[in-house]
Amino acid sequence: MTAQEGQEAVETQALEAQFAQWRHYAQRRRELQSSDADELEDHLRGSVDELVMAGLSADEAFLVAVKRMGSLDELSREFAREHSERLWKQLVLTGGPDADTRSRRDLRVMVLCAAGAAASLKAPELFGTKMTDDGSASLYGPNLGLFVLPWLAGFLAWRRQARRPLIGIMGALFALGAVAANVYPVADNSQSLALTSIHLPIALWLVVGLAYAADDWRSSRRRMDFIRFTGEWFVYFVLIALGGGVLTVFTAGTFEAIGIVSDDFISQWLLPCGAAAGVIVAGWLVEAKQSVVENIAPVLTRLFTPLFTVVLLAFLVAVCWTSTGIDVERDALILFDLLLVVVLGLLLYSMSARDPLAPPDLFDKMQLALVVSALAIDVLVLLAITGRITEYGTTPNKAAALGENVILLANLAWSAWLLLRLVRRHTPFAALERWQTSYLPVYAVWAWIVVLAFPPLFGYA
Amino acid sequence: MKVAKDLVAASATPIVLGILAEEESYGYAILKRINELSGGELDWTEGLLYPLLHRLERLGHVESSWRSATGERRRKYYRITDRGLAELAEQRRQWDTVVDALKEIWTGLGDRAALPVIPVEGHA
Repeated sequence: MTAQEGQEAVETQALEAQFAQWRHYAQRRRELQSSDADELEDHLRGSVDELVMAGLSADEAFLVAVKRMGSLDELSREFAREHSERLWKQLVLTGGPDADTRSRRDLRVMVLCAAGAAASLKAPELFGTKMTDDGSASLYGPNLGLFVLPWLAGFLAWRRQARRPLIGIMGALFALGAVAANVYPVADNSQSLALTSIHLPIALWLVVGLAYAADDWRSSRRRMDFIRFTGEWFVYFVLIALGGGVLTVFTAGTFEAIGIVSDDFISQWLLPCGAAAGVIVAGWLVEAKQSVVENIAPVLTRLFTPLFTVVLLAFLVAVCWTSTGIDVERDALILFDLLLVVVLGLLLYSMSARDPLAPPDLFDKMQLALVVSALAIDVLVLLAITGRITEYGTTPNKAAALGENVILLANLAWSAWLLLRLVRRHTPFAALERWQTSYLPVYAVWAWIVVLAFPPLFGYA
Repeated sequence: MKVAKDLVAASATPIVLGILAEEESYGYAILKRINELSGGELDWTEGLLYPLLHRLERLGHVESSWRSATGERRRKYYRITDRGLAELAEQRRQWDTVVDALKEIWTGLGDRAALPVIPVEGHA
């Protein structure tokens, strides 16, 4: 090889590197698809060839050609005018050619799991327990989570290729849940049954969390991912449910028009099976669209954090103004539990979308105001209620609601403290995140206590 | 002199269709041909050409295929369709009307609107 040839080889190599870099930039543009990048690259090469022929070095030719083409900003703007649909990120369920086999397999397993969930929900009918029977509430109430959530956990565990010990632990927990839901001799209309029906799904959802985080469930980041997953799953499930509602209305209406009453089919098959399958489909959707579509839960929290803050502050002002205490009715405790849950949700989901390295801003202060006002209100309620409990004695409902109140109060109180320090720049945001993620097991433990220990403790009342 | 942007945009479709009616071609060659035809006076950018080609394709006026001619890179070639030819004929009728009208006016005005006499020196 002569010296000149060697020189040329080096130049070509450098030129190719530059083309590669340019392509990389071009492909980051959503407006430009890969075939557009191909086309533009060919244009660029044509331009470079001509310039080289005119006597420029490869380096110079590339610079001139790129300059002539104009900035990618401008170019993509022009492309966007013709291809505006590209600015709407599309969830391509079958992905690119590489991801194709993987996502198809996902799809197949998901359909299998969804069918399984729907089938297990209907399985008790094989043994003669129909959903419409009077006694079926005592079966379906506490067992609902057990019919559906193992399939979701199974799908996630399969996707993450969870290790055997973890699968074993999850299986044991689901079995424990099945025992708790069915072994205790609780009456059909007892408070214990209602409490188990509420708390077992929460406990099992956190088992799903184990499957989600798979082998790395101790890591704070993975737990935060699970929190994100939960929020997105909820949003998708609600959307699917809305679509399902429309489907139901049309099923009922159109068949009624030809004299077929489909009520039984709807209440026995369409609704329960659709809901069970929806749980799995929503989980799969969140997995499939990860990073393709903007997360919606944090957007909702951004929208509602200021509104909730205003309402809570207004409520506090009104309490001070009228100087009337809160009238503690029977449902008040539950209502304020839910308020704390909502506030916690607002906090969690804005945290899940926050850049951990960003300095504290106005929004953090607003969150602090939200949490503090929720805490103030809750303290008022708690005082009123402990008074009532010491006066009238306790029931499973009151004990559970009080316990939840204390758990949420503790979480929010410490969050408020950390938020305050964050706003004052004493602690980094990571401390807040770590606090929330390490608090997750507390919910799990409490839910299991209510499910396992409450019925015997309160004499199966 | 550079042709105004609006005028470039308005004439873009008939020019591209016209070039493709001569023979099938690809982006870079089309741009070169336009330069040639206008003596470099028509200021076309890639941002104008490629989205326009894609639009014409969407409308069915041209069709494209990725091919590599012998000894050349793989390129996206555009070919005009029958619809495109019909569109070109229609555009041509419209442009003829405009050009005829303008010609009438220019001749009517005589020299008054001919190339402006720019005061060079000593008149200011």
